[in-house]
Amino acid sequence: MADVTLRKVVKRYDDVEAVRGIDLDIADHEFVVLVGPSGCGKSTTLRMIAGLEDISDGDIMIGGDVVNDVPPKDRDIAMVFQNYALYPHMTVAENMSFGLRLKNYPKAEIKSRVTEAARMLDITDLIDRKPKQLSGGQRQRVAMGRAIVRNPKVFLFDEPLSNLDAKLRVQMRIEIKKVHQKVRTTTVYVTHDQVEAMTLADRVVVMNHGRIEQIGTPNELYHKPATKFVASFIGSPAMNFVPCRLEDVGGKLHVRLTDRLAFPLPPARAARYQAVPRTDKLLLGIRPEHITEARPHAEPGIEPFDAVLDVTEPMGMETLVYFTLEGTQVCGRVNPNAGAQDGGPLRLAVDLNNMHLLNEVTGAVL
Amino acid sequence: MSTMTIDKSGPTRKVKYGSMSRDRAWALRWSYFFLVLFAIFSLTPPLYMLVTSLKSSAEISAATNPWWVYHPTLENYIGLLTSNQFLRFFWNSAWVSIIVVTITMLISVPAAFALARMKFWGSATLATGVFLTYLIPDTLLFIPLFKMFAVFGDWTGIQLINRWYVLLLIYPTLTVPFCTWIMIGYFASIPKELDEAAIIDGASWFQTLTRIFIPVALPGLIAATIFAFTVSWAQFLYPLVFTTSTDQLVLPVGIITTLIKGDVFNWGQIMTGALLGAAPPLIIYAFLMDYYIAGLTAGATKG
Repeated sequence: MADVTLRKVVKRYDDVEAVRGIDLDIADHEFVVLVGPSGCGKSTTLRMIAGLEDISDGDIMIGGDVVNDVPPKDRDIAMVFQNYALYPHMTVAENMSFGLRLKNYPKAEIKSRVTEAARMLDITDLIDRKPKQLSGGQRQRVAMGRAIVRNPKVFLFDEPLSNLDAKLRVQMRIEIKKVHQKVRTTTVYVTHDQVEAMTLADRVVVMNHGRIEQIGTPNELYHKPATKFVASFIGSPAMNFVPCRLEDVGGKLHVRLTDRLAFPLPPARAARYQAVPRTDKLLLGIRPEHITEARPHAEPGIEPFDAVLDVTEPMGMETLVYFTLEGTQVCGRVNPNAGAQDGGPLRLAVDLNNMHLLNEVTGAVL
Repeated sequence: MSTMTIDKSGPTRKVKYGSMSRDRAWALRWSYFFLVLFAIFSLTPPLYMLVTSLKSSAEISAATNPWWVYHPTLENYIGLLTSNQFLRFFWNSAWVSIIVVTITMLISVPAAFALARMKFWGSATLATGVFLTYLIPDTLLFIPLFKMFAVFGDWTGIQLINRWYVLLLIYPTLTVPFCTWIMIGYFASIPKELDEAAIIDGASWFQTLTRIFIPVALPGLIAATIFAFTVSWAQFLYPLVFTTSTDQLVLPVGIITTLIKGDVFNWGQIMTGALLGAAPPLIIYAFLMDYYIAGLTAGATKG
């Protein structure tokens, strides 16, 4: 058990910077997920923590000790790989105990640890099988078992669920969460799947182009994104971004989307955006669930408007509606009984209490 | 289910059944034709050898039907197997081959591991270089090599020429490059994550090689072993050049030099000796055939 600290960590390949100076503090027992599109440097960061990649600059500390030049085996970490990386010629038990056997642990100790881990992961029956005889989900459990028996300071997961089908992925996600609740080992988990990141993490680290865009709890990232990248990456369907600008109409601050469509801002928002220059090119960021069918009675900050729908997608619990504003496609989520039809008109309402205003040029959330 | 009428009123058309299987049947017929042809082609010489080895010298020189034995005898076999000289050749061949195989494996497996996995400056060039050395024919090398050993003997006083163990130095120049090449291919097909997992589990490079790579690449290892054994067992030119005393000779050279006396060819014993000499590789192939094929086709399909 230990905390992990990254200080200005840089990874350079020849002339390409894959990781551009990352600062990250991971507390003891914490479950941190690194998430981002492919090529954002998340896997490289994980592999640097593991010691599989040298770091070009900066410091990595595990349990307070700088481990920059410590080989992987002396860092006291365990790693679970995307393709499981089980030793094909060894049984499940041998796979799990390999690390302990290399360290010459007493046989009885090895046996009890393997039995305990197998019980925790529900693979006791498979203990004498070879990896070839296991399904994908079972293999991933064995890979996790191999990490657990070592009782390391830190668990590292490199996209462990990417090779599984959708249903199994959900199941294993819960499984991983359960294991973490039991063993409480500090965990760094890499994925490109924002749902995995949101559901598993104590804190999520969103990365892009080798930099950290934002660090926060899943709810912080969802409700208070710091940049356009985070706002668009977290959440499905993604947040809508509509070009807009601010204007004063009769002493009240309005957000103007099109020539005919402008909404007055609720007082709290108006105060917040008062200082924004009226000439700036801005984006209105609004999540689909904040564009719903119009309610019969007015509510503060919820502004009705008329739209002609392009496409509707009935999801059962809700219906996704798509319409166009000045060439920008916008998605809303309405009640299945709201009467949404492909090509049909619908009176919608936007909840401006949950709006975001972004600078179109810098991408910063204002 | 011989015929089936589906549409009674519509235009009739002859229904073709199993065009795929007819293609396949033709492909099979052609394969069998060529397989039989090549089997005959490659099995005729050994058959001829077997027939001749069972004949007495008198029957051979009588020039009767070469494909039939009228008075079968084991005198050639008895003659050779009770000859100390022949057993000496056999013994020399066996020793040379076993030691060469051991040396080859001890060098080429770690070399292949290093070239395939420990990325270092020039490793890719070196890997290609290793293979290129294999392409230089031994007919080109034996004179310079002979000269080298002669000079070495003059300088140090250590005489290597005309000693059977000189072959232990020469054969690996043939076997090591090729076996290294086979093993590089085999090791390269092992997923990178496997050694990373081993490294994180605390294995050293050496332990990764011995406890992960060698067991996983066992079929390739066996293929390489068989290859090295076959090459050193069947090698003719080098021992012919480098060894001359009868007690230093290996089997292929021994048979030729002792059973041909001037212009007298002892055909019965020559054929017997060749057959007996072919037996060990044959036995090894028979036992390890499956592994050999698995090894040679490694990487063709990534499992």
